[in-house]
Amino acid sequence: MSSTDTQIMITLRIWRGDANGGKFEDYRTPVAEGMVVLDAVHRVQAEQANDMAVRWNCKAGKCGSCSAEINGKPGLMCMTQLTHLPLDEPITIEPMRAFPRVKDLVTDVSWNYRVKKRIKPFKPRKPDASDGTWRMGQADVDRVQEFRKCIECFLCQDVCHVLRDHHLHEEFIGPRFLVHIAALEMHPLDTEDRLPELKEANGIGYCNITKCCTKVCPEHITITDNAIIPLKERVVDEYYDPLTRLWRLVWPKKNPNDV
Amino acid sequence: MSEARMSLPVARGFGETTRRDKWWVTPLVVFLGLSAFIVYSTWAAFQGKHYTHGPYLSPFYSPELWGESPHAWFGPRPSWWPGWLIFSPALLILWMPGGLRVTCYYYRGAYYKAFWADPPSCAVGEPRKSYWGENKWPLLIQNIHRYFLYIAIVFIFLLAHDAWKAMWFTDPVTRSTSFGIGLGTLVLTVNVALLGGFTFGCHAFRHLIGGKLDQLSTAKIRKPLYDCSSCLNRSHMAWAWISLFWVAFSDVYVRLCSMGIWKDWRII
Repeated sequence: MSSTDTQIMITLRIWRGDANGGKFEDYRTPVAEGMVVLDAVHRVQAEQANDMAVRWNCKAGKCGSCSAEINGKPGLMCMTQLTHLPLDEPITIEPMRAFPRVKDLVTDVSWNYRVKKRIKPFKPRKPDASDGTWRMGQADVDRVQEFRKCIECFLCQDVCHVLRDHHLHEEFIGPRFLVHIAALEMHPLDTEDRLPELKEANGIGYCNITKCCTKVCPEHITITDNAIIPLKERVVDEYYDPLTRLWRLVWPKKNPNDV
Repeated sequence: MSEARMSLPVARGFGETTRRDKWWVTPLVVFLGLSAFIVYSTWAAFQGKHYTHGPYLSPFYSPELWGESPHAWFGPRPSWWPGWLIFSPALLILWMPGGLRVTCYYYRGAYYKAFWADPPSCAVGEPRKSYWGENKWPLLIQNIHRYFLYIAIVFIFLLAHDAWKAMWFTDPVTRSTSFGIGLGTLVLTVNVALLGGFTFGCHAFRHLIGGKLDQLSTAKIRKPLYDCSSCLNRSHMAWAWISLFWVAFSDVYVRLCSMGIWKDWRII
C-alpha cells in the first residue's frame, strides 16, 4: 500500500457463531493505507455481513471494547494496523477465549465486574491535616499511577492460561484484578489488608509468571514485574517467610493510621 | 459467583493455536540454552580438577571449602567424607547459586514454558488439563527464593574477593607476589559484575530493599537503592542470560588455561 488512494484486496477470516458453536468465514474486502483491523471489520459488516456482532466504541485504544484475537494474538482491533499484518494470507479474527461467547466477536465479560466487586475498596488513613486533606510523596503516587492506566480491555485476562486454558475463574481473579489490588495495596494512604484474600480466594499462587499479560497490555503496564510479583512477595512476607514473621514479633507493623 | 456454569470455549489441544508467528522459537531457544548450561555445569562440577590457574579460581568452585588447590579454605578433602561418595568442591556449593536461578521469577516463567509447556507460549494450547501453578506443593517451595538471594549476595562478595585475588600473581621462581592484570582477571571481574547485576536486580531484592514500603519516598537510603534495583530489574532477563553465559565461560577460560590449551594473556 504505497498511497492513501491505493487499495488492495485482503481476506478476513472472521469467527461467526454464538455460545452454541460457530466457524470461521472468509470475507474479501478492499483496504487502504492507514486502516486498522476494526476499519476492515466495519467495512465487512457494512457491505457483506450486516448481522455480524462486533463491540466497539472509541476507536482510539482507550475504551477497551474491541478486544479480540487477531492472528491468534489478543489485541485491540482499533489499535492493530493492517500494515503490521501479513496481508497476502487471510487475517484471522476471533473472539476472546477466556469468556463466554455471545455472538460473533462479542463475548460476555461480566465475570470481571463481579470479581471487582469482591475486592476490598480503598480505605484511606485518617487525614493528615485538620482541613481533612492528606500529604503524599510524589514518588509513592507515581508508583501506583502506572496501574491506573488500565482501560479494562481484559486482554490480559484473555491471554492468561489459568483462565483461558484451565478455566479457573472460581479460584483465580486474573492479572487485571491483581493490578487493581496492587494499585490499592501499594497506595501510600491505603490502610486495608488484602493479603489474606490475595493468597486464598484470589489465588495469586496460580500465576506462574509467563508474562503473557504484560506482552498484550495495550497500555504497556508492566503487569508482572511491577504488580503481580511485588504482590507475591508481600504474600511471602506474610505467610511463607519465618524470618519476617520473627522480625515482626520483635518489631510489629505500624498501625497505618499512626503514620 | 456462578463461574462454574460459564460456558467457555473448549480449551485447545497441545500446540494448537491460530498464531501465525514462529511462537515456538523462544521456548526452544530457552530450552536449548538452559539445557546446555545444566549439562556443562554438571559435567564441570563433577570433574574436580582444572578449576584453578595461577591466581584464578573458577566461579563454579568458589568458595572452595575443601580441595586440593591453594584456594581451599579448610585444606584437602575432609577425612570424614564417605569414601563411596564422589567428592568435588563444586558439588558442595553449586546448589546455592543454582537455587537462586531455579527460583528466580524470570527463570520460573521461562522454564515453565520451555520445559513444562505450561503454556508452551502465550495463547498456545497446553498438553495437560490439570493445573495448580505455584498455589500448592511442590511449586509452593518457590517462595524460598529470598533465602537463596541472601546466600547469593554473600557469593557476590566472595567472587569479588576472587577477582581481587586474580590481580596478584606469584612469580614461579622467586615466589614473590606482585600486582598484575591478565585476561583471566578481566574475565573474573566481568563475571562478578554481571552476577551483581543479576542478583541486585532480583525481584525479591527489589521488594526487600524498599518495594514492600508504601511510603517509600520517606526512606532516604532505601529509596535510591530501590530505584537502582528497579533499574536493573527492568533488564532482569538480559542480566539472567548474560551472567549465565559468562559464569560458564569463566569456568571454560580457567579450565582451558589450566589444561594448557589456552594461554592466559598478561596485560599488566
